[in-house]
Amino acid sequence: MTDSKYFTTTKKGEIFELKSELNSDKKEKKKEAVKKVIASMTVGKDVSALFPDVVNCMQTDNLELKKLVYLYLMNYAKSQPDMAIMAVNTFVKDCEDSNPLIRALAVRTMGCIRVDKITEYLCEPLRKCLKDEDPYVRKTAAVCVAKLYDISSSMVEDQGFLDQLKDLLSDSNPMVVANAVAALSEINEASVSGRPLVEMNAPTINKLLTALNECTEWGQVFILDALSNYSPRDAREAHSICERITPRLAHANAAVVLSAVKVLMKLMEMVSADTELVSTLSRKLAPPLVTLLSAEPEVQYVALRNINLVVQKRPDILKHEMKVFFVKYNDPIYVKLEKLDIMIRLASQANIAQVLGELKEYATEVDVDFVRKAVRAIGRCAIKVEPSAERCVSTLLELIQTKVNYVVQEAIVVIKDIFRKYPNKYESIISTLCENLDTLDEPEARASMVWIVGEYAERIDNADELLDSFLEGFHDENAQVQLQLLTAVVKLFLKRPADTQELVQHVLSLATQDSDNPDLRDRGFIYWRLLSTDPAAAKEVVLADKPLISEETDLLEPTLLDELICHISSLASVYHKPPTAFVEGRGAGVRKSLPSRGVVAEETNTQQPTVIPNQESLIGDLLSMDIGGPPPAPAPSSNVDLLAGGLDVLLGGGPEPGASAAAVPGGASGLLGDIFAVSAAPASYVPPKQCWLPADKGKGLEIWGTFSRQNGQPRMEMTFTNKAMQPMTGFAIQLNKNSFGVYPVGGLAVGAVGAGAGAEAALPLATHGPVQRMDPLNNLQVAIKNNIDVFYFACLIPAHILFTEDGQLDKRVFLTTWKEIPAANEVQHTLSNVVGTADSIAQKMTLNNIFTIAKRNVEGQDMLYQSLKLTNNIWVLLELKLQPGNPEATLSLKSRTVEVATCIFQAYEAIIKS
Amino acid sequence: MIHSLFIINPSGDVFLEKHWRSVIPRSVCDYYLEAQRASPNDVPPVLAAPHHYLISIHRGGVALVAVCKQEVAPLFVIEFLHRVVDTFQDYFSDCTETIIKENYVVVYELLDEMLDNGFPLATESNILKELIKPPNILRTIANTVTGKSNVSSTLPSGQLSNVPWRRSGVKYANNEAYFDVVEEVDAIIDKSGATVNAEIQGYIDCCIKLSGMPDLTLTFVNPRLFDDVSFHPCVRFKRWEAERILSFIPPDGNFRLMSYHIGSQSVVAIPIYVRHSLTLRSNGDQGRLDLTVGPKQTMGRTLENVALEICMPKCVLNCCLTANQGKYSYDPVSKMLLWDIGRIELPKLPNIKGSVSVVSGADTTGASPSINVHFTIPQLAVSGLRVSRLDMYGAKYKPFKGVKYVTKAGKFHVRM
Repeated sequence: MTDSKYFTTTKKGEIFELKSELNSDKKEKKKEAVKKVIASMTVGKDVSALFPDVVNCMQTDNLELKKLVYLYLMNYAKSQPDMAIMAVNTFVKDCEDSNPLIRALAVRTMGCIRVDKITEYLCEPLRKCLKDEDPYVRKTAAVCVAKLYDISSSMVEDQGFLDQLKDLLSDSNPMVVANAVAALSEINEASVSGRPLVEMNAPTINKLLTALNECTEWGQVFILDALSNYSPRDAREAHSICERITPRLAHANAAVVLSAVKVLMKLMEMVSADTELVSTLSRKLAPPLVTLLSAEPEVQYVALRNINLVVQKRPDILKHEMKVFFVKYNDPIYVKLEKLDIMIRLASQANIAQVLGELKEYATEVDVDFVRKAVRAIGRCAIKVEPSAERCVSTLLELIQTKVNYVVQEAIVVIKDIFRKYPNKYESIISTLCENLDTLDEPEARASMVWIVGEYAERIDNADELLDSFLEGFHDENAQVQLQLLTAVVKLFLKRPADTQELVQHVLSLATQDSDNPDLRDRGFIYWRLLSTDPAAAKEVVLADKPLISEETDLLEPTLLDELICHISSLASVYHKPPTAFVEGRGAGVRKSLPSRGVVAEETNTQQPTVIPNQESLIGDLLSMDIGGPPPAPAPSSNVDLLAGGLDVLLGGGPEPGASAAAVPGGASGLLGDIFAVSAAPASYVPPKQCWLPADKGKGLEIWGTFSRQNGQPRMEMTFTNKAMQPMTGFAIQLNKNSFGVYPVGGLAVGAVGAGAGAEAALPLATHGPVQRMDPLNNLQVAIKNNIDVFYFACLIPAHILFTEDGQLDKRVFLTTWKEIPAANEVQHTLSNVVGTADSIAQKMTLNNIFTIAKRNVEGQDMLYQSLKLTNNIWVLLELKLQPGNPEATLSLKSRTVEVATCIFQAYEAIIKS
Repeated sequence: MIHSLFIINPSGDVFLEKHWRSVIPRSVCDYYLEAQRASPNDVPPVLAAPHHYLISIHRGGVALVAVCKQEVAPLFVIEFLHRVVDTFQDYFSDCTETIIKENYVVVYELLDEMLDNGFPLATESNILKELIKPPNILRTIANTVTGKSNVSSTLPSGQLSNVPWRRSGVKYANNEAYFDVVEEVDAIIDKSGATVNAEIQGYIDCCIKLSGMPDLTLTFVNPRLFDDVSFHPCVRFKRWEAERILSFIPPDGNFRLMSYHIGSQSVVAIPIYVRHSLTLRSNGDQGRLDLTVGPKQTMGRTLENVALEICMPKCVLNCCLTANQGKYSYDPVSKMLLWDIGRIELPKLPNIKGSVSVVSGADTTGASPSINVHFTIPQLAVSGLRVSRLDMYGAKYKPFKGVKYVTKAGKFHVRM
């Protein structure tokens, strides 16, 4: 007797037949009929017409029949809301039943019926069940709260179910705790505001950790995921959580293991790197990760995607485990490709011989995609592990000898990169490459080959013939190949002008006259103009030295990597995208970030070009900004400001505190400032430019920059260099909220920057924007957008550009203020390498809006009393003690807001040295 | 969490669907079927559809596709789906389309019991079996006669106890505890016979039929061998950490007590060797194949169930071979050469040789196949692991005890 008999009735009146059976008096017949209905439902047949008849069977003592009817109800109540009401009474009665199984079943089923009218009746029974004496009922009720939240979030909040759920977190039964955690995390995730509705605190965490040991494997996953959202207060707490979680790594369930890895990876950030705990954990993390690879291929795949993240964040953990990533020939292709990726990441000088041996083996396999990736991997090894480059190149040559078409093409593409990484080292193999010219049929391989021919035209005797042969089918080529051909021929001409004039004219006319591709035409015209006006300049441009390519091309951005580490074991970790990028209904506010180690942020060092930004604020704030949009509007009464500001400049600083923000808003006046700047005589000190965004972080965009103050307005001066192969356009800038309220006036005046070109930009700044305290105080977080991506970096604002022109105090005011400020607010600092006399220093200072109030000579020492005012109306009083002949000077500072001292001292040092 | 589950047969029909929240139309499976058409054997386990995520596993010819709407842990879902399959196998002894169709209602009841609103509810087999009795002919007949059902109306006792994996009141006439130590050797051997990579995946499966609440401790002679261990939740981790002893209250019946991994620290003995020579171009369109298999490092045990599988290069048309032992078959479509050897009796070494016909003019460079080796060695744990003793507390009777060792080939590849 099997259930397949339920499908045997295929006669016309099936529904009718079932109806009469359902209304039969015999219990047994009824049950069989309901079973038939359920069976039809599972295969997707519509049996909703039987709704009233099935509901009639609900009042029964037979639990199996009850369950079957409930199954039916869950499926069809939505389509028959009026009928579903008929069931409510039974539900409410069942919630009072003496059998806990029935109570739980009733509350569970009610939650699944997504009909508003029923939900109203659900509240009372649910409230009772949440306090039920039987833990089985309580744990079912906890899940029911999550169901209800999904249907009506306001009802859950209004009826106080959230608080009841929170109480369940300290339930005596671990299963109840686990389900409460699961329900709460789902509610938090679904919460419209994007902020968690329930915050975890240390006592709750403690309870969760206790429950962790005793609940089911699924409960452990829920609890571990909840723990990963908690940031411990200090390293000690992190330490103790780590210790209590580590045993989970030995669980048989892969999901538990990976969730534990997530929590540990996150907490390891909290404890300083050199402690024993980190090394112990690193050692303990490796074996479970390796074991995941012996599970089913599906588990392997997810594990490998996560291991990829772990390896990027902490390469040490798996550095000795290279062998487990070797590919088995019957692994599914998705596992093979992932393993290969990790092999390259783990490749080092120590294991490169083994890795190359394997990669060579893979290059002879059957699967084309895999073979291609293996060949590419050899190239990446050559670029990554320098001492192995030679061996890699010879391996690639051997592979080229096999003449397998796609292997050859792939090899040529990677050899091009190797040439760029190690110029003038392996060019001897060019002749071998040229032999394979005819077999190349993929655009990328053809383009690479053409690039090689053009780049090394002087070494290839028949370069002109080779290129000429390509030109025959110029119009049939892919755009990528056409562009390379054009450049290669121009290179050839510049190197061997004598016999290639005809060729270059041919290609230029092909590119400019016969092509529809605007890129190609433009490049053609540029070359043409360059060649016809100044061949020497053309040589400098076309044959310029190329920047070296970076070692690893496909590393994740550090901020993204850190975010993904927090999402290990989730879908985000499989896609390597932040959840905000693909999960629907997520606000931007719920981004997670690794906790920062307190020590790092405190280091304020001028030598450091970029201060490690506080992750939390950088991600949280910068990303919520609208990058492309206009900058925040300047203060409303711009006319008054303009006048006052202008006056300030003219009068050299009137003692009018209200108009202190001497910034001139508006694009036009910014321009005015620019003009003035040109004529302005000895101006204030401008620090040398520093590299703010290196090219390898900016996808080829390099930014050097500094700050200056001209005509009473601070400015940000930047040099953009495009080191990528494609032009960059659409530049825009945003500054994060900062301690001094600095924000840009007008947009970034940078147009398109072509490949290899540069651009200068000066951005006037105003100082009454939104304020947020940064650490260090003068830290400024910047976002630059262009057509390629958005880049984030942080820089330090030299304090002196924020000194206003009206910072001169009256002598008497200075004296009284100095006395008024308590001694606790005095900071001393020793300046070294001070040169020049007191007068020359005072003069230098005045140029930077540090005004000398008085000068005294006490016992052979020159005392300078100086005052300055910051744009945010903070007055700073200083006493500079100079001893002629002594390169050290003592600086005493008094201010009501003494926090600014550090950056003022930095400014002093910088100005004195200038 | 898990919204819906679809079970799909090899021809792409959805033959079972279960929704734990709102109903998701089955057309969502089209994304899965599309991926399946693209690569029939290698569907990525995690797929993204515009509004959903499809997480799937393949077992017994059917695909279980879980549909999720929000961020979930994919491993959580995959592990759960594996558990579903295990439960089906436990209940119906297999998990195929016919069997699922035959037991629709029980399957549906089980799925409903295993997951609530997408959260796993009861996945321990002993709890499920108390809630829903597994079908068997005797009970079906009895139920029909007495009008009872196979759904229990009382709350399972183990559900909320501290040992959820064991039900109370277990009684046996014969008390027995058997342990199987199974080790699988995963290895890659290169052309010259050198080991590229070798590791052991081991597990200890138990069959325990003991009355009452027995508390067992299992001691190993050499517990330092393990690189990594994963335990059934019943094992007390603290004692393992401190004393390297497995102390546990076992579940009733069959279960996996622990699995372990040995490889990165210790040298793994390779118990078999294959001497091979394959030349595809020795004589016109005829190539030659010569294989010999022999034991090594087997500690005096015999190799049994030895079989070799070779996926020949595409250019090979047919094989004409003679084996001095066992049978061979060659499938010209899938290019799979199978040689079933059986037991290796020394001193005679199994050998197979003969000619292979090759497509004339085909390119034969770079085509080097791999040999997939199968074998079993009874009474040997190749890592040298030994159980020293099993003690029982908490019960008065004397149980029968037994430990069996066996070594098998896991993913054992020899490159040619």
